[in-house]
Amino acid sequence: MSAYDLLIAPFADYGFMRRALVACLCLALGSGPIGVFLMLRRMSLMGDAMSHAVLPGAAIGYLVAGSLSLTAMGIGGLIAGLSVALLSGVVSRSTVLQEDASFASFYLASLALGVLIVSLRGSNIDLLHVLFGTILAIDGPALALIGGITSVTLLTLAIVYRPLVAECFDPGFLRAVGGRGPVYHALFLLLVVLNMVASFQALGTLMAVGLMMLPAAIAQLWARSLTAMMALAAAAAAVSGYVGLIASYHLELASGPTIIMTAAVIYGFSILFSPSGFARRLFPRPHLAG
Amino acid sequence: MSALLTLDNLTVTYDRHPAVHHVSGFFRAGSLTAIAGPNGAGKSTLMKAIMGELRPAEGRLQHRLTRSDFGYLPQAADINRRFPISVLDTVLLGAWRHTGAFKANGARESRRADEALAAVGLGGFERRPIGSLSAGQFQRVLFARLLLQDAKVILLDEPFTAIDARTTEDLLGIVARWHGEGRTVIAVLHDLEQVRTHFPETLLLARECIAWGPTAEVMSADKLLKARMMAERWDDGAGVCEPQAGSTLPGASRSPKPSISGPAA
Repeated sequence: MSAYDLLIAPFADYGFMRRALVACLCLALGSGPIGVFLMLRRMSLMGDAMSHAVLPGAAIGYLVAGSLSLTAMGIGGLIAGLSVALLSGVVSRSTVLQEDASFASFYLASLALGVLIVSLRGSNIDLLHVLFGTILAIDGPALALIGGITSVTLLTLAIVYRPLVAECFDPGFLRAVGGRGPVYHALFLLLVVLNMVASFQALGTLMAVGLMMLPAAIAQLWARSLTAMMALAAAAAAVSGYVGLIASYHLELASGPTIIMTAAVIYGFSILFSPSGFARRLFPRPHLAG
Repeated sequence: MSALLTLDNLTVTYDRHPAVHHVSGFFRAGSLTAIAGPNGAGKSTLMKAIMGELRPAEGRLQHRLTRSDFGYLPQAADINRRFPISVLDTVLLGAWRHTGAFKANGARESRRADEALAAVGLGGFERRPIGSLSAGQFQRVLFARLLLQDAKVILLDEPFTAIDARTTEDLLGIVARWHGEGRTVIAVLHDLEQVRTHFPETLLLARECIAWGPTAEVMSADKLLKARMMAERWDDGAGVCEPQAGSTLPGASRSPKPSISGPAA
């Protein structure tokens, strides 16, 4: 098998592989930087919770559209995700519950409701698609939606970069200078949900955060500055998408999980060999040169 | 010099328990005041109330300042020290008043940031990530950011707790510089020796105002003792509002005696 057959032919021969690859690259560009911010805000698990919260909305969209219409499910997911984010914000602000506790409660309720709604009408195949995604079934309109979400994400991040960094790094300072931190927090949550909806179509609700959190963790292990971290996260996500698609094609594996597993393998490698990883700890470089 | 910031019968409560109780008086423009008192005396609460983070349950805070006139260094600031940001970028946040959320930092801001870093003794640290700094160095960075903020009123909440002696000395120099420039500085302090040496005026607080005025008068042994007794006594029955609580004190403005009522009824 030539290098061409191995690395390029699948995409040259099949339109669905091409679309899947473009979708992966778009997701990587948007989700990578978003994941870095989520992680720096210590909201990694909250991102996971949020991805489950998207489910009932997507399920209702699926019921209304009568098929696996990605647009209908996307809009439903967006509404559900934002409602859960806002409701849990309200609950944590007005009761003794911390935000993570209220988030967990809402997402569990949300996940249960979503699975119930899908099982009400659909088959087990549909449920599997909702839970694990159908990256090889992405069509033109879905691709446009994903690309649009990525563009909006990058543009918004560029505009609100300073207040967002200030809000992550020192919320008290932003409050003291009257910087309207909650507005940027809400805007950021909106971006998170948007990217969830985008990757929800490709990777399903259970792994939608996979291309967000794993690349972010990889980036934090290697990079020191925020810009480097975001670039590296996007790159790691893109590589995972490409390698995952190639591997799933040749080995006849399910695409979504293979992509996430690829990211997980890079993560494992980074844990071992990055500057702050195990290898450096076990074999520290000598303090003296030479 | 005139009153810049007036506290009028200010009472701040947590769950109806008063933390700052019927405090009246004013900070003069350009004054350098220490807020001293035992633990739980409401010192930080008063700072937060001045910053508008806590709403008074009773009484008022009067001033004609806008938010950007204040520079605030909270105690144990809610700062993510592992955030991947450089010393220079942290200090440049202090230019918020000029740049806001969106405008770019110009040459003027960079120059001022360099000067501020030099002033706190961190010249050459610009590119260092803040995660690599010691607690003392990080406090210097926060002071540099305050320098850049160019605020009229500077509030420092226990700025020298857990900071080494050398850094404390340098940063006290910055405080003196602010005072010399005519800024109003209010600092919550633990170290009574520091208060006596560096702060001309003192507000002695034990939930209510024990004394407010020139440091030498305020920091007398009997007043300090009274402050400690008050703090201990109040721990038991903190829900009750006592009639003599609102009486005005030396250095305080002569505001009318407050009506007697339960806090946040």
